[in-house]
Amino acid sequence: MTSDMNQIVAIIAMATAAAASGLIGVFALTRRMTLAADVISHVALPGLGLAVLLNINPLIGGAAALILGAFLVWALERRTHIATETIIGVVFAASLAIGSLLIDSSEELLDALFGNASGLTVLEAAIGIIVSLAIIFLVIFFKDKFTLAFISPDLAKTSGLKVDRLNLAFLLMFVITVILGLKFLGVLLMGALIIVPAAASRNLAKSFNADLLTAALLSIFSVLIGFLIGKRYSLEIGPAIIAVASLIFFISVFFKKQK
Amino acid sequence: MENSILTVKNLGVSFGDQAIFKNLNFEVKRGETAAIIGPNGAGKTVLFRALIGSIFYAGSIIWAADVKIGYVPQRLDLERQLSLNLGDFLRLKVNILKLHKSVIKEVLNLVHLPAAKIKNPLGYLSAGELQRALIAFALIGSPGVLLFDEPTAGVDLPGEEQIYQTLHHLQDMKHLTLIFISHDLNLVYRYADKVVCLNRAMFCFGTPKETFTKEILDKLYGSRIMHHLHQDD
Repeated sequence: MTSDMNQIVAIIAMATAAAASGLIGVFALTRRMTLAADVISHVALPGLGLAVLLNINPLIGGAAALILGAFLVWALERRTHIATETIIGVVFAASLAIGSLLIDSSEELLDALFGNASGLTVLEAAIGIIVSLAIIFLVIFFKDKFTLAFISPDLAKTSGLKVDRLNLAFLLMFVITVILGLKFLGVLLMGALIIVPAAASRNLAKSFNADLLTAALLSIFSVLIGFLIGKRYSLEIGPAIIAVASLIFFISVFFKKQK
Repeated sequence: MENSILTVKNLGVSFGDQAIFKNLNFEVKRGETAAIIGPNGAGKTVLFRALIGSIFYAGSIIWAADVKIGYVPQRLDLERQLSLNLGDFLRLKVNILKLHKSVIKEVLNLVHLPAAKIKNPLGYLSAGELQRALIAFALIGSPGVLLFDEPTAGVDLPGEEQIYQTLHHLQDMKHLTLIFISHDLNLVYRYADKVVCLNRAMFCFGTPKETFTKEILDKLYGSRIMHHLHQDD
């Protein structure tokens, strides 16, 4: 009974995290950080490694590293005006190297990279649900400002927006969304859950609101179906989820909206 | 001074250790039309971006206290697959400024864009339509001054004439101050009250009569352009 309850809470946590990541993905694509989105999650690795070494909850280490990473990327973007992708590419390579050095057991490394859905505690799941709902609320609240700041910082400025602050807010929300999925998807796959459903939805949606809704729904669908397939055929859940999401993306290409 | 909407003093912009321009001084009064001219790479768009506060600069840029700026960039670097349609795009600013939805219809009317285009994806509008969409966007919130980067770049000739008519009409109706960047010296001569001319080595400011002298234009563009002007005269 308790394990059933745990299971249900875990599924709800995964579904709300999926909705948040679908929504964040739409803005990540608008901000043209497709590749960046995929690799920024790797910044969690050194934190996970350090946490394992210090014997604290790896999630806390990963979260700390990601938030630090968001500030780093933001500061570098402001100072150097190099494309975000270049910066994140450099930060990523360094993180992966340091992280792999710190995490010495290969089993722990695999968990960090690909996640381990069975290990989610009720407390972790409950916190996850609350944070996911907060991200969903904030994204919807800021959607006009984010969109304008990302498609044209100049137009955003003349509309009275503080573009720098919006960029920082988004990067933080982005890494918090990555943290939400760390445990069940791992650092390699969480970036994919942010980008792939949003990319599929972009092929289908004819308006921005439809895009947001479609991305969130496709993301939830991928997580639930991936979870069921994983359980049914004793497969790793994380990769199963991303396989479903990728399949949806390939199907969406054939339904690409015609202009 | 009290009638002035924009006062620029000792303005300079550098990227790294490369100076784009320095020591610019000019003033634009309410209701005036000011043109910024100069060859490619002179820093005209950079000057605009400094005026809207998008880049760091040295010197001072003083806008009148109550002024609202509408900015029309030369283009919007859009991905074609963007899910934003024209209506979504205009709604962004309407929502941010907390205005009524009916503003969208008003601004579309002002720039002669049919309301039926509202559902068209932004990435699939023609160059002329996108330009109108950008003007419409700038007009949301009733700005007192319009900054217009190359109003007619990428637009065919009838489209160009229409855009100028629209701008002129708007200026009369809304008492706008208009600051525009242009390559077309004939249009500048016809429409501008003041001219700011700019290239890496020089700067001048005055009425079109004062600035369109052989000496200044020679220095600004080199000699080739003079033949065109002589023919046009």
